[in-house]
Amino acid sequence: MSASNTSITVYVPRDSTALALCAEQVAAAIAQQAAQRGISINLVRNGSRGMFWLEPLVEVATAAGRIGYGPVESEDVAALFDADFLNGGQHRLALGLVEEIPYLKKQERLTFARVGITDPLSLPDYLAHEGYAGLRRALTMPSAALVQEVLDSGLRGRGGAAFPTGIKWKTVAATVAAQKYIVCNADEGDSGTFSDRMVMEDDPFMLIEGMTIAALAVGATRGYIYVRSEYPHAIAALNQAIATANSANYLGDNILGSASSFHLEVRKGAGAYICGEETALLESLEGKRGVVRAKPPLPAIEGLFGKPTVINNVISLASVPIILARGAAFYKNYGMGRSLGTLPMQLAGNIRRGGLVEKAFGVTLRELLQDFGGGTASGKPIRAVQVGGPLGPYLPPSLFDTKLDYEAMAAVGGMLGHGGIVVFDDSVDMAKQARYAMEFCAVESCGKCTPCRIGSTRGVEVIDKIVAGQPQQIKLLRDLCDTMVNGSLCAMGSMTPLPVLSALDHFPEDFGKGELGQAA
Amino acid sequence: MQIEASVPQAVPSDPSVDLNQVRSIIQEFKTLPGAMLPVLHAIQDALGYVPPSVVPLIADELNLSRAEVHGVISFYHHFRQQPAGRHIVQICRAEACQAVGADALVAHAKAALGCDFHGTSSDGQFTLEPVYCLGQCACGPNMQIDDDLHARVSSDKFNRVLRAKRGVQ
Ligand SMILES: Cc1cc2nc3c(=O)[nH]c(=O)nc-3n(C[C@H](O)[C@H](O)[C@H](O)COP(=O)(O)O)c2cc1C
Ligand code: SF4
Ligand code: FES
Repeated sequence: MSASNTSITVYVPRDSTALALCAEQVAAAIAQQAAQRGISINLVRNGSRGMFWLEPLVEVATAAGRIGYGPVESEDVAALFDADFLNGGQHRLALGLVEEIPYLKKQERLTFARVGITDPLSLPDYLAHEGYAGLRRALTMPSAALVQEVLDSGLRGRGGAAFPTGIKWKTVAATVAAQKYIVCNADEGDSGTFSDRMVMEDDPFMLIEGMTIAALAVGATRGYIYVRSEYPHAIAALNQAIATANSANYLGDNILGSASSFHLEVRKGAGAYICGEETALLESLEGKRGVVRAKPPLPAIEGLFGKPTVINNVISLASVPIILARGAAFYKNYGMGRSLGTLPMQLAGNIRRGGLVEKAFGVTLRELLQDFGGGTASGKPIRAVQVGGPLGPYLPPSLFDTKLDYEAMAAVGGMLGHGGIVVFDDSVDMAKQARYAMEFCAVESCGKCTPCRIGSTRGVEVIDKIVAGQPQQIKLLRDLCDTMVNGSLCAMGSMTPLPVLSALDHFPEDFGKGELGQAA
Repeated sequence: MQIEASVPQAVPSDPSVDLNQVRSIIQEFKTLPGAMLPVLHAIQDALGYVPPSVVPLIADELNLSRAEVHGVISFYHHFRQQPAGRHIVQICRAEACQAVGADALVAHAKAALGCDFHGTSSDGQFTLEPVYCLGQCACGPNMQIDDDLHARVSSDKFNRVLRAKRGVQ
């Protein structure tokens, strides 16, 4: 970045949600107004702070700190200049110091510490904000100590299954092979989740650094980031950041003059939810249909192309740089019980202030929904929330005091998954949501096992019968769910019953009202 | 979904497909480990679809059977086996978008384009596809046209965006 001393720095996000809300037009309007008025500005395209109801959130660097304005439309830009926003002037869209906005101030941002602040594609910016401090330390440590540091941090996989990351790495490190791989699971197929996307678009060097540390820890020299095709902006950002890291020798042969080498490549998925399941993802990377493999063998022992492979979620890998930079003890100081560190949670659906909230484990659903989210966007009461993606159960308001921690959620029949929270107001038809869960499973099943492949289609039919006025079919639906839970190879088939049964258990009044028809 | 058995094509030669172009695309990617998806993406990016007539070529170059290649193409929702309209309109059908009216948007889109999902408007401009989450879940309902995202899409906004794509202001 070439911030000249005289020009004022203005930030307009390049995050894809901001772009979907016309950030590009706003940036162009600001550049044009500045030129027209003969004012020199330094326009930086930062990531998003994750306060999406304020996007596009324009920030101006002042002596007091960064002052925000939002949500800005291109029609507002001339008036902002008239109000002297470049010097923090008053305007109807003024938000004051961005860091002081309660939604942001109340968070504990470790993984997302830089997100929204820096220009995601600027390596100097990354370095100026503690970037690559973790890798520099890692390069001075023996690989066993690296694995131990991650073990000690208590980090558990953030992709859903919550398996300890250090143990996975230890297995790969201990397996002898001529070639090992680091694979990043960036398939993020769950509805209501976007934290992986934000990391890739808004701080891609952090993911690259995390993967490089993983490579040092286990002795891998090649890595792949498998990104879903629905995320073109993330793919572009990663490719550009990888090219930059390569030319600055943070990737490639003899990283920073060390004996270690790591080559990293982005691979694009092709629109299949099941390819988020780790073994299906490996099949897909190998160029095959994304069909789930039976375990064992574990990918840690026989993974990509039959070689030992670390496969981790984006957030798991992105949490590693700060663990190395600040130490395991620092990280595990956050959280509760066996859920240590922070989780970037995502407020989505019918919510007034939707966005990203990174907090230590242990915050309650109610705090997130009310204090952060501000209730529904429609202003109607919340009736149900689905936590943990399409395979997660629907929770009623009576469970909103549950703490978000893996064990506490499981204790009430919930799951935390990837931290996605989807809110529905009281207009929701829960029988329709149950039907959709079955339909989604039918569309996305990999087809390997019968309960999932056929059971989901039957499930749709049975729910249609129930709502058409055959309550005696409810027993059949429960039996079918039982078969799916017990007879499926992976969580797609064995967990689809969770949203279905939770709808039935918590919202029975929605089943048997009469016509659901062919609404979906 | 892969249970739908799209009938294995008899693979007639198709004069509209430039096989030399396809051959050079395959050459460019075939040495990558696990080259299949990169090859298919590159072909679809260049031609707009993966024509059945190129399946034997891919199979040859990657040392696989035609059935294997066809099996991969038909497994993934992203790959299409026939040409689409000029623009791909993807509307998110997943839960977070449902919670803010995705179903109504879908109904509007189908009526406005006069086609169902996977269909193309009669002027050949727009192919309508469902998508299960675009990662914009805090600001639904969402859609993507080609690589352009649009958030909080009402029926009016849908009409405006499509008019702009057509070049009619
Ligand atoms: C149907 C299904 C879909 C999944 N989708 C994802 C996904 O999109 N992203 C992800 O990181 N993990 C996903 N997982 C979990 C992965 O299988 C695996 O547990 C994870 O990638 C391991 O990384 P972690 O230990 O860092 O969480 C999915 C699992 C199943 C059964
Ligand atoms: S449960 Fe479904 S998705 Fe999982 S392996 Fe079986 S058929 Fe495939
Ligand atoms: S649910 Fe529609 S964008 Fe995520």
